[in-house]
Amino acid sequence: MSFLELKKVTKIYPNGTKAVHETSMNVENGEFMVFVGPSGCGKSTLLRMIAGLEDITEGNINLDGILINKVDPSERDVAMVFQNYALYPHMNVYNNLAYGLKNRGISKEDIEKKVNEAAKLLQISEYLQRKPSMLSGGQRQRVAMGRAIVRSPKIFLFDEPLSNLDAKLRIQMRLEIKKLQQKVGVTSIFVTHDQVEAMTLADRLAVINNGLIEQLGTPIEIYNNPKSMFVAGFIGSPQMNFLEGELKNKTLTSEGFEINNVTSDFNGPVILGIRPEHMSQTDKGLINLSVDLVEQLGSDNLIYGEIKNKKDFCFRCPGSQIIKKGSKLSLNINDNNYYVFDKSNGNRVN
Amino acid sequence: MIRYFSSNFSHLILLIGIFIMIIPVWLIFASSTHTASIINTQGLQFFLGDKFLENYTKVLLYEGGFFKEITALKMFLNSFLMATGVAFLSVISSLMTAYVLVYFRVKYATLLFWIIFITILVPLELRIFPTYSVMSTLNLVNSYWGLIIPISASAIATLFFRQFYKTIPDELLESAKLDGANTWRFFIDFLVPLSKTMIVAMFIFMFVFGYNQYLWPILVTSSEQYWTVVMGLKMMSGSIVNKFAFVIMSMIPPVLIIIVLQKYFIKGIFQDK
Ligand SMILES: Nc1ncnc2c1ncn2[C@@H]1O[C@H](COP(=O)(O)OP(=O)(O)OP(=O)(O)O)[C@@H](O)[C@H]1O
Ligand SMILES: [Mg+2]
Repeated sequence: MSFLELKKVTKIYPNGTKAVHETSMNVENGEFMVFVGPSGCGKSTLLRMIAGLEDITEGNINLDGILINKVDPSERDVAMVFQNYALYPHMNVYNNLAYGLKNRGISKEDIEKKVNEAAKLLQISEYLQRKPSMLSGGQRQRVAMGRAIVRSPKIFLFDEPLSNLDAKLRIQMRLEIKKLQQKVGVTSIFVTHDQVEAMTLADRLAVINNGLIEQLGTPIEIYNNPKSMFVAGFIGSPQMNFLEGELKNKTLTSEGFEINNVTSDFNGPVILGIRPEHMSQTDKGLINLSVDLVEQLGSDNLIYGEIKNKKDFCFRCPGSQIIKKGSKLSLNINDNNYYVFDKSNGNRVN
Repeated sequence: MIRYFSSNFSHLILLIGIFIMIIPVWLIFASSTHTASIINTQGLQFFLGDKFLENYTKVLLYEGGFFKEITALKMFLNSFLMATGVAFLSVISSLMTAYVLVYFRVKYATLLFWIIFITILVPLELRIFPTYSVMSTLNLVNSYWGLIIPISASAIATLFFRQFYKTIPDELLESAKLDGANTWRFFIDFLVPLSKTMIVAMFIFMFVFGYNQYLWPILVTSSEQYWTVVMGLKMMSGSIVNKFAFVIMSMIPPVLIIIVLQKYFIKGIFQDK
């Protein structure tokens, strides 16, 4: 039996919004699971049902072998880090961390020990006497994490905890969260709509769309083997290029080129997906790109251009290569790294 | 430059306002330190006389009323008990009412709130006879509880607390819940400390409100023992200087409570933390 089990969990809000549809999944002990998906897809709702902050309309949730559908949030032994931190404004940092322990009737000495340990781990020992309003965004973030860690709960839930931080701090905190989780080893679920965050943090990733899990797997699995056009477009940055085409007898025709021996028996209109990083320049390549725009990131160049009817086609090459606006490139797809999707429903067919 | 000028100008207007309000009070105070004959022959005095101690001690210890059962000191005690009781009870009751209205899944909570709020349109004076009959059924006529209870539920204070609770983000409740706080703990550990300044402000409002009651105490007490200061102002016999002295003294408790609590009071009204 898994540590956390969701069985056909459904959420319908009182106003009729169906936010989560019959979702089933398992999270193993110590695993770092990430929910990723566009805004409004139901990530927070799912997380809040696990925390007990929303009622479960249908289905079951088991945590550590116990059915928790009807267990009060205060008894579930889960900790949550909110997007806006939700620190207790009238308590100093020490009491913010200690409050949950006090409610569990832990002795004063033990509380002090645990709080000091957590504070040390998060490097907030100096701020223990300050009120949250006297801390910077990053420090508040740490206090929020500390409040979760100090209780050693069964599971950590993070709802977009990094989205209020600036870009640099985000990357730093991302790293720290990952390190911390590995050190503490507590099962965690992390919600984000940032796919880079998702890829870097996750042991496993659930890509959610419209209240459904589109795909569940390790980040690399999902990157290499997206099951649908939605997942393919969502994971990977810059985004995968999508071209219209027609597949007939294992031959794919698209935007002025043909691919033979496609490993698919599908016949009909398709979408061809190619990742910008899966192409390279050759003399007589498949794809002819006329360059409109070059974004130089230093390590890489992102080349945007036109192939036949498709605008803003993206190609990624090393930053050392110098490519000018207006030039024409000839590209090949590396190692048959392309994806074919059924145009009618977006499902992968190759 | 314009701001500087306009701020000086508004200060000037404020100063004028303060003078208009203070001068009559000063006249009464200054007059209360003279002998009655000076006031009777020369009118109100602008400068202090030398009878301060004499006039004020006389008022404090003078046994007034028809049955000579009441002193000014006792009236102050009565008023203080009544005002504090009203302030305490109405703050507690409105804190809790607002808590229930905002945080509990009460059906038609908004409607209920507006029903409570409408009671502002029906002040005690309008429903004074039914209220009296309730108090007399409960045997509370001529008692401190009789003075306090009918005015110790405040729709205004409920409104203030409710609006304040509504500004508290839901995440606070949620993370408190996950930290193991139950209904009662959330109230005591979060809402009460967070609304501390507003509690103080409401306490002052209700204290002054209770202190200023006149019609209700007259009705519900027949024994002179329960006379309050405001009733005493009307009933007071004796010379004019003593009346003046009593008027001045009657102003002290509300002013004192505002001075003591003013730093919270101002914060509470303007809600900056
Ligand atoms: N209290 C509510 N009542 C009714 N509908 C709601 C409620 N909360 C959320 N929804 C709806 O449920 C759907 C899922 O919302 P949810 O908050 O889970 O999205 P999300 O994936 O977390 O999005 P975001 O990335 O923007 O936070 C949305 O369509 C939203 O409008
Ligand atoms: Mg969300």
